[in-house]
Amino acid sequence: MKHPDFDVVVVGGGHAGVEAADAAHRAGAHTALVTLRAADLGVMSCNPAIGGLGKGHLVREIDALGGIMGRAADASGIQYRLLNRRKGAAVQGPRTQSDRALYAEAIRSHVAASAGLTLIEGEVADLVEHGERICGVVLADGSEINAGAVVLTTGTFLRGIIHIGDRKIEGGRMGDKPAVRLAERMMGMDLPLGRLKTGTPPRIKSASINWDILEEQQADEDPTFFSFLTTEVQARQVACGITHTNTKTHEIIQQNLSRSAMYGGMIEGVGPRYCPSIEDKVVRFSDKDSHQIFLEPEGLTSDLVYPNGISTSLPEDVQHEYVYSIVGLEAAEIQQPGYAIEYDYVDPTCLTAQLELRARKGLYLAGQINGTTGYEEAAAQGLVAGLSAALQVQGRDPITFSRRESYIGVMIDDLITRGVAEPYRMFTSRAEYRLSLRADNADERLTPLALSLGLIGEARKRVFTEKMERLQQGRDLLNSMTATPKEATAVGITVNADGKRRTGMDYLAFPDLDASDLIGIAPELADLDDATARQLKIEATYATYVARQKKDAEALGRDEAKQIPRDFPYGEVIGLSNELRSKLSRVQPSTLGQAGRIDGMTPAALALILTKLRQMDRKSA
Amino acid sequence: MHTVFALATARGKAGVAIIRVSGPEAAPIGVALCGSLPEPGHHALRVVRDAKNNVLDQALVLFFRDPNSFTGEDVLELHLHGSIAVIRAVEAAISATGLAREAEAGEFTKRALLNDRLDLAQVEGLGDLVEAETEAQRQQAQRVFSGALSKKMGALRDMGIRAAALLTATIDFADEEVPVDVSPEVRELLNGLIADLTAEIEGSRVAERVRDGLEVAILGAPNAGKSTLLNALAGREIAITSDIAGTTRDVIEARLDIGGLAVTFLDTAGLRDSGDTVEKIGISRAIDRAAAADLRVLLKTDDFAVPSALQGKIDLEYGAKGDLTGEGLSGLTGQGLDVLIKDISDILSQRVAQVKTAISARQRGGMQRAVSEFEQALTTLYGSGEVEIAAQHVQDGLHALDSVIGRVDVENILGEIFSRFCIGK
Repeated sequence: MKHPDFDVVVVGGGHAGVEAADAAHRAGAHTALVTLRAADLGVMSCNPAIGGLGKGHLVREIDALGGIMGRAADASGIQYRLLNRRKGAAVQGPRTQSDRALYAEAIRSHVAASAGLTLIEGEVADLVEHGERICGVVLADGSEINAGAVVLTTGTFLRGIIHIGDRKIEGGRMGDKPAVRLAERMMGMDLPLGRLKTGTPPRIKSASINWDILEEQQADEDPTFFSFLTTEVQARQVACGITHTNTKTHEIIQQNLSRSAMYGGMIEGVGPRYCPSIEDKVVRFSDKDSHQIFLEPEGLTSDLVYPNGISTSLPEDVQHEYVYSIVGLEAAEIQQPGYAIEYDYVDPTCLTAQLELRARKGLYLAGQINGTTGYEEAAAQGLVAGLSAALQVQGRDPITFSRRESYIGVMIDDLITRGVAEPYRMFTSRAEYRLSLRADNADERLTPLALSLGLIGEARKRVFTEKMERLQQGRDLLNSMTATPKEATAVGITVNADGKRRTGMDYLAFPDLDASDLIGIAPELADLDDATARQLKIEATYATYVARQKKDAEALGRDEAKQIPRDFPYGEVIGLSNELRSKLSRVQPSTLGQAGRIDGMTPAALALILTKLRQMDRKSA
Repeated sequence: MHTVFALATARGKAGVAIIRVSGPEAAPIGVALCGSLPEPGHHALRVVRDAKNNVLDQALVLFFRDPNSFTGEDVLELHLHGSIAVIRAVEAAISATGLAREAEAGEFTKRALLNDRLDLAQVEGLGDLVEAETEAQRQQAQRVFSGALSKKMGALRDMGIRAAALLTATIDFADEEVPVDVSPEVRELLNGLIADLTAEIEGSRVAERVRDGLEVAILGAPNAGKSTLLNALAGREIAITSDIAGTTRDVIEARLDIGGLAVTFLDTAGLRDSGDTVEKIGISRAIDRAAAADLRVLLKTDDFAVPSALQGKIDLEYGAKGDLTGEGLSGLTGQGLDVLIKDISDILSQRVAQVKTAISARQRGGMQRAVSEFEQALTTLYGSGEVEIAAQHVQDGLHALDSVIGRVDVENILGEIFSRFCIGK
């Protein structure tokens, strides 16, 4: 069978894959998405939730760029909770429990509705290579698909092994057969690899849980959505249950530690420190005699519950025993045992800022294969890889997401500059410009870029433009109105009598003042709608910090603009230490700014690199 | 772009010392210190003053307008008198404007390169130059991290990481089992950091004195033989001596090498109640300088009472006019001078030994900025309680400390959180 030629072929239908295919398609590339089973598109293989701190920021950014994840999360949200609700806007993270079935359905119907995005069911067995360029894939049936670029989003398929106690099953996900041939092809490319592991808890039947005696956690009353297009809740909201492990649970685990795949020495991969197995918790925090467990419904129509907090690689019989020891789970029926999975990942320092392999032009990697964890991290990478692949095939300039402008940029820069030591997850603390990179202003930061690249449709464009207009009007109004402390006091505002005339924005920066408090001074403010007033309040709160960070960022901007060519001869730079030389050769930073973020870098070393660049410029001139 | 400054000539006593300021704030800094600037590309003589309007020096001032300068940015050059005290005062005055920070090694060069301001010959010569800078920096860093200071800096680093980790835990792990209110512990850590850093800043001044010269004040009643002693130590007639009490009115200095240390001896006016206006000024100056000196030596006479400002601050005392009494010191005969020199040398060497390293002005600048950030973090925690803003100040404070304690990475902070709290619901 002969397939038509494509601009971009995306391999894998997980969160990275669908976002990559969608982004390439929206960028105008003729795109194919190849997946084992069309029915598996958008499957959540771990916990049924989207968002959180840092992660929620990523989803907002994906949405601001016109991506799918935000809308799918809103289509399936069954328990919205804004994390850090009582803290400042910069560190609030939207999160929701998602109905698995609704989520996958939203993804499937989006892909189906994308005219011109071709879905191909099949197993990719090999890559077509011409010289050092990848230009297509070969399916297991021997057929070839030619493409200008290929995006691989194959998750944990490289030497993936599932562990349940001493049972070992080869494969990247429970029930999936391993993609042996493609893996062998990748292994043959001589890429730097590392080994990681992650785990899941046993899945429990909802009807077998004694809900009546358990504490409940309710959804927010006024939910915060993921998509800038969503205006109302789309699914019934439900509660989560909360229970705890106890000394009995810990005893059972202690006694059976040697039978755990992790503690029995059967696993060599490094697991995430922020998502330890229950074995880990019991051993490392032996002074705690109880750990919290969230019982998360997998959906409105599902009879399964995901007990978040007890992932494990203990044998099935031990899993039963310790689950029974937990309050509310005494009669729990385990539908699928928990397991640990270890897998190889490609050291992402061998990727460019567009997630293209430096050693293989035309081959892009996104998602877990790059050492990350989480749906949101995968989707964000997918978007970058898919978009970049499309731009390359179309001969357009590549886009680099900067740390100063997005969490997406923070993540990609972290990955390609520093690599990973454990599965990489986003946290707000990774963003040095945290006060500027907020979930609330993701559209302000990124939608203009999406507009300029032609990634978004009319509807979103209109919503965005109108919102920006309302904000600008409000901003102008607040900046033009002024009041002395005396005038402010007259309308009931408490302020130091320092005689200083302040603008409306200045007053709005006071923690206890809102735009409505200023109506006495500027009656036009009464016309501000709530959303605009709220957004301007957030802007005013962080204004001084954002201005300061902008100045810092500008200083860095010049370094970011200074390109370092791919074949830069670090070996020839006199005065560089051997340690820095080898780090630079490995990471191959594409800008002076990226070089500066490599561990141990000094301004003097950067000056040496610049000197060499100058010499090279002169020779070529 | 930040504005940076640095001493462009070698530190120490010299005919001329040049401080160079580069960046967008160079002109405002020049105006703040000198009142007005010459036309770009020209020079002018200006009086340099600090924010309190104290005269620091008279300097030849040059101003270069972007891009016609060494770095390609606005550049201000202050050609000062090559005195250590003047350099230090002018550096402090530039710092105090808040418009510029001390340049890092290689930073001027890097800016010049970025702005294409160096010719080929210069570029090719740079490798060695920067290599030398790097090596000096590496050695400096190694000195800082060897011995007692490294322990102290390690403790500061741990405190900073812990404070940042606690704040981060409540922000990034809000849905986990972490304490809800960490501010009491964070406040305690920040207060500790501020206290330790402040002590370190004070201590670094001692270190700088060791490098630039220690001061020993000679005190005593009028006519106790202080000037004779100074002349004897210096081996030449520096101070006028006479039998008339109150001959010395101003402070007279003599710089000597004592046991390998640069020591400046200060001969001061004899301390007594005087009706003479000029002598009175001399006496009050003597007391001020003596209080600020590193060591105070008293030539004791029976009728002499230590003024209250110096009480408890006399480090060494000897009988005056030993040639007459047979005990104590005599500048005239040289009696007891060996003992005096040995005593001074012992005390100062001991102090120098305690100061294991000479903290650079840049490191001290970092500490001062850090203290200010930590103080703002505290103000935020006590006031509005906006934890993300407090965290930002702590982060900026740690960043300012980079040159002293090494870089604190987000991984260090996450590591502290994961080892302390069981994260992973």
